[in-house]
Amino acid sequence: MKIAARSRIKSPWLFHLNTGSCAGCDIEIVATLTPRYDVERLGCILVGSPRHADVLLVTGPVTRQMLPRFIRVYEQVPEPKVVVAVGVCAISGSPFVGSQMIEGPPDKIVPVDVYVAGCPPRPEAIVNGIVTALKKKFG
Amino acid sequence: MTEKFDEVKEVKVDYTRLRVPLGPVHPALKEPISLTVTVRREEILDVVIRLGHVHRGIEALAETRNLIQTLYLVERICGICSHSHTTGFVQALEEIGEIELSDRSLHLRSLIFELERMQSHLFLIGIMAYEIGFDTLFMFTWYEREKILDLFEEITGNRIHHSMNTLGGVRWDLSPSFVEKVNCSLNKIEKSAKYIQEVFQDKTVEKRLCGVGVLDYDEARELCVVGPTARGSGVKVDIRKAYPYAAYSELKDDFSVVLRNTADAQARTQVRILELFESINLIRAILEKLPDGPIYKESVIKLMKKIPEGEATSLVEAPRGELLYFVRTNGKEGLWRLNVRTPTIPNVLGLKPMLIGSEIADIPVTVASIDPCMACANRITVVDQDKRETIVTDLKNLRNRGKKQ
Repeated sequence: MKIAARSRIKSPWLFHLNTGSCAGCDIEIVATLTPRYDVERLGCILVGSPRHADVLLVTGPVTRQMLPRFIRVYEQVPEPKVVVAVGVCAISGSPFVGSQMIEGPPDKIVPVDVYVAGCPPRPEAIVNGIVTALKKKFG
Repeated sequence: MTEKFDEVKEVKVDYTRLRVPLGPVHPALKEPISLTVTVRREEILDVVIRLGHVHRGIEALAETRNLIQTLYLVERICGICSHSHTTGFVQALEEIGEIELSDRSLHLRSLIFELERMQSHLFLIGIMAYEIGFDTLFMFTWYEREKILDLFEEITGNRIHHSMNTLGGVRWDLSPSFVEKVNCSLNKIEKSAKYIQEVFQDKTVEKRLCGVGVLDYDEARELCVVGPTARGSGVKVDIRKAYPYAAYSELKDDFSVVLRNTADAQARTQVRILELFESINLIRAILEKLPDGPIYKESVIKLMKKIPEGEATSLVEAPRGELLYFVRTNGKEGLWRLNVRTPTIPNVLGLKPMLIGSEIADIPVTVASIDPCMACANRITVVDQDKRETIVTDLKNLRNRGKKQ
């Protein structure tokens, strides 16, 4: 394993993008950082800028307003990048299927590596999703 | 080479008015909201607030689904106050269908309501601590919040979307052994809430929050802000007291409305901390008074078929303030119209007077102090007044319509 890939697995930095979710998944993502689940012990940090991130966590069906912003944020994440779709909305658009305001799901627009199911998924599932994505990409 | 560095270029920048775009994707904001801030050096002169980034067309979707499907859809308007949304919707339907509920189911509804209020307030107190750079307190508060989520998980099976309400009652019951467990957790949470209250009275925290984002009494009345934002400005509004719903008419004496007069971020945070204790008192009272009886009437499908054509409004006090539901059924298991007025819409309007005159560094604290929930505030559909139609169109069509007119 090359040293760059190894260090990426050691400390994956996360960027979280809300593309129109109900805030349920967003809270669970923040909850993974708090003492009960504490992903920071695995080297994960939620960063403020997509340019610093290795992993892009996408929640929500992509709304029409967020579509150009979503593409822009995706392009700003440096290669090699991993995209994790968190929640049922980001997998299929679940309860909002049929709405004319929805342009998603995200895998229509950008390649998605791992899907984490649940409405919202438990923090354990989100951690598992990040680990799976990193294994798939670098392991 | 040295000559080049010695040259001093004069760059003329007009610092008198500078427009700074904030959002929709910004590290200080957890949910998409766009603020265009005009500043003179550090002072904020004007703010333009733009919403609509998480508009999912829920009201239009509800018109294409039946009542039970809509119940699960309105739950997903917002992930933090999901129980408030379903309660508002179900209450309106029960008024139309003239369904009477058992006392036990009403008490259980109130119980989940108060637990949700506590989880939402702890969430906000944590975010406030995070915004002022006090990460330890943020972690501590969110650790306490997990205890409430555990209770939710034991009662309903879910952490965030509880799916507790249904037409004519609630879906899950409490066992007697579980009541003890709730009491035990409440004691622990009360202890740590007292600790959080002490920390927020610390001088460093007070200096960061006092005088930030001031919204005085008159402005608060004028803008009709609701919930803890209004109570922090000294406006006495609480739907639980004014128009009691669920079991609150029986619990009137078990809680009081918390008011603060300083009208800044500190006051709004204090209101939320003190409401934690009120909620703890309410939950204890509910568990004491919990009557026996069935938790739901009859099959939900049968009840749904019985609901006639009609309209009703219902009001509930969500953790962020007054939440209004207007429901008009078509008598065929569906809806003509669903209209929701969420507490964040009036509260976001209050942001403008709060921000003008303050500094750029205070924006995150001020925005966090009203506890905005953007997912709630984005449900706008196009209404054609002449034809009395509700249309959801795409941008191209809208532009073409503009050209024709």
